[in-house]
Amino acid sequence: MRKLALSDEILLKVEKPARYIGGEVNSVMKELSETDVRFAMCFPDVYEIGMSHLGMQIIYDMFNRREDIWCERVYSPWTDLDKIMKEEQIPLFALESQDPVKDFDFLGITLQYEMCYTNILQVLDLSQIPLHTADRSDSDPIVIGGGPCAYNPEPLADFFDLFYIGEGETVYFDLIDRYNENKKNGGSRHDFLEMAAEIEGIYVPSFYDVIYKEDGTIESFLPNNSHGKETIKKQIVVEMDEALYIDKPVVPFIKATQDRVVLEIQRGCIRGCRFCQAGNVYRPLREHSLEYLKDYAYKMLNATGYDEISLSSLSSSDYTELEGLVNFLIDEFKEKGVNISLPSLRIDAFSLDVMSKVQDIRKSSLTFAPEAGSQRLRDVINKGLTEEVILKGASDAFQGGWNRVKLYFMLGLPTETVEDMEGIAELAEKIAEAYYKIPKEERNGRVSIVASSSFFVPKPFTPFQWASMFQKDEYLEKAYLVKDKFRQMLNKKSLKYNYHDADVTVLEGVLARGDRKVAALIEEAYNNGAIYDSWSEHFKYGVWMEAFETTGLSMDFYNTRERSLDEIFPWDFIDCGVSKEFLIKEWQTAINEEETPNCRQKCSACGAMKFGGGVCYEAKN
Amino acid sequence: MKLRIKFTKQGPVKFIGHLDIMRYFQKAVRRADIDIKYSEGYSPHQIMSFSSPLGLGLTSNAEYMDIEVNEIKSREDLIERLNKEMVEGIEVLECHELTDNAKNCMSLMAAADYTITIRPGKELADYNDFWNSIMDFYSQEQIIINKKTKKSEREVDLKPLIYDLHVDGEKLFMKVSSGSTDNLKPELVLEAYCRFLDIDYPEFTFMVQREEIYGNTGSETEVNLVPLGLIGEAVE
Repeated sequence: MRKLALSDEILLKVEKPARYIGGEVNSVMKELSETDVRFAMCFPDVYEIGMSHLGMQIIYDMFNRREDIWCERVYSPWTDLDKIMKEEQIPLFALESQDPVKDFDFLGITLQYEMCYTNILQVLDLSQIPLHTADRSDSDPIVIGGGPCAYNPEPLADFFDLFYIGEGETVYFDLIDRYNENKKNGGSRHDFLEMAAEIEGIYVPSFYDVIYKEDGTIESFLPNNSHGKETIKKQIVVEMDEALYIDKPVVPFIKATQDRVVLEIQRGCIRGCRFCQAGNVYRPLREHSLEYLKDYAYKMLNATGYDEISLSSLSSSDYTELEGLVNFLIDEFKEKGVNISLPSLRIDAFSLDVMSKVQDIRKSSLTFAPEAGSQRLRDVINKGLTEEVILKGASDAFQGGWNRVKLYFMLGLPTETVEDMEGIAELAEKIAEAYYKIPKEERNGRVSIVASSSFFVPKPFTPFQWASMFQKDEYLEKAYLVKDKFRQMLNKKSLKYNYHDADVTVLEGVLARGDRKVAALIEEAYNNGAIYDSWSEHFKYGVWMEAFETTGLSMDFYNTRERSLDEIFPWDFIDCGVSKEFLIKEWQTAINEEETPNCRQKCSACGAMKFGGGVCYEAKN
Repeated sequence: MKLRIKFTKQGPVKFIGHLDIMRYFQKAVRRADIDIKYSEGYSPHQIMSFSSPLGLGLTSNAEYMDIEVNEIKSREDLIERLNKEMVEGIEVLECHELTDNAKNCMSLMAAADYTITIRPGKELADYNDFWNSIMDFYSQEQIIINKKTKKSEREVDLKPLIYDLHVDGEKLFMKVSSGSTDNLKPELVLEAYCRFLDIDYPEFTFMVQREEIYGNTGSETEVNLVPLGLIGEAVE
């Protein structure tokens, strides 16, 4: 039997001990003596969240196909175990071997959202690895970060030896090979970092110096080591079908947030919504072929025994072979008791038809993401969704038997006015009215419309990276204004409005567009008990506010300050394909309330064409 | 065709709860490509039911589940296919074909065997003699304990619910009433024993393992305990 890192006594004391025992179906065990490199892959949040993440499953599968590498999983221990491990000095371990993370060659941490940053420090701290790259010795694992937040790695620069900019399938093996080579040659940690810095897409933060101006903005950002490149180029898979997907996803014993087979149909997005980081940094759009997806659908369902399969992409309606794929899944698997769950599709005749086949209409709801309440503001954000389209889609759906609608909005978008905010309630009201236009005998009871708003946080590599944010109270006033407007609506009994917390928003703003100075803030907050900040029950706003005091950093510098077009941003050294010139042009087009066509309508020369594939070359075949 | 399957739960999987074990088997059955029957309705589910839940942290050599299948090649083939899909610690031991009118394993449950050992590292000071008084304890006419429920506290006599209690080498063996009516948890017997010895119940000290589950093929007065795998078996 496998030995566990934790005693029975501890496991019986903590909530959901199955989070810590490993041994799940398709988890990979190897002989230590037959492997050269041990890679601990970490998602810095609780098991059920981390196990739901597709990217980590892809990397896990990819590494473990190579005989000489053993990749294992690590997640954040929940707060109950965190306390016990700290009290008893138990080192954090990987799930498969149950060995301490500090014995590994690499600790890879995926950076999926800013509010997990204190959990990264928790993982390092529990692993007994020095928090700062500067304090690590040759015997410590190489700590490497990747994922969407790596597009502004600077707030984490002190804590990571390396960052990987781009898609995991591209240069990881090269990195591991150089690691082996260095080990064989008896090279030091520093030698390896220099070798790693030579690889396209790999960023070694300690090889760069940042000089600040008196006003706190960046004067210069330059390599201090000849191996450090001036620009780090994002690495992507150009031909999606050439990359391997997951043969055997690990199946958790306990219910994960995403408890199904997930089929990634494409990467990137043609839409160009100006608030969306993913839509910009994952450009260009690259599709998988239908045949590839059919093959993996079989493989993954057979290997896991899941009774549900879902599609993953930023905008599934834009997948050119969606109809063929969905029909295949229904024909092939519906009879076998496999549920097909569709991500939010654009509501039209096709999607309504499909949804009626795969879902119980009485139990499902329609989802629209207008993001803004008025057409003017939807043009500003380049969300090509009109009121007409929403009302038509809703009407069709109501006639088909649906009676529940979910709407998603953002407050605090650039140029937002009172009319835009009130438009949220008015749009919800119009949808309710569309329902009551249907003859009474054809209606399916009462309509329920739930509108939710989050507060907009500007992200690097988007046209809105220059946008100013607001203060916490101003965000709340915006939400109250919308709530008041909802109360004035005729059909207010059919409408519901929820808004997110503003505490997390302002902090996310600081972490998203922060510079190297922010590292001290994160560390100070962690040392004073901040952890699991993305969990509202654990988020400690007060601790963070005190950390601002202690470190002398100003929230307004990062959030509400006006940024000029010629400012050097902390993330400017990264080339994600989309050029800064294009982003500036888009920012100005946004202010002028003008739309930009999507990639299939017309190329707007964003810069992503240089990768040599995807949608940029579709029409040119 | 109704089948009763017996399996073990050993090692780390003892930390997997009952509902998750059910979900685990639903997936395993699909991976093994077993032609299981599904219920009717909009969201069909596999026809599968389990014997009573095993507490978290307990191991077992005898867990039962009943399934209904359309067709199988042979019972041996089914065992082999399932075992190919099992994780470490869960092993399918037996597969019995049941008559169509056989009751399910949960409702049949009447008694269960448990063995208790002392957890390594948790040895009590007077470990060697710890079980010495077990016969004195068991030979009492009544074994009264206060059973606390959410609403009330009442006195219960455990004696009639204990069918056997003896020391077997290093282990304590007990056969106790089990099932939906008079379910006696082995921990409750151990608590009563500690009270009898006039010591505090030592937390995390006892390792409990289920060894067998029985149904009663006799009457309420003339009890005849038979392992669940052998009840309702179809004659071949």
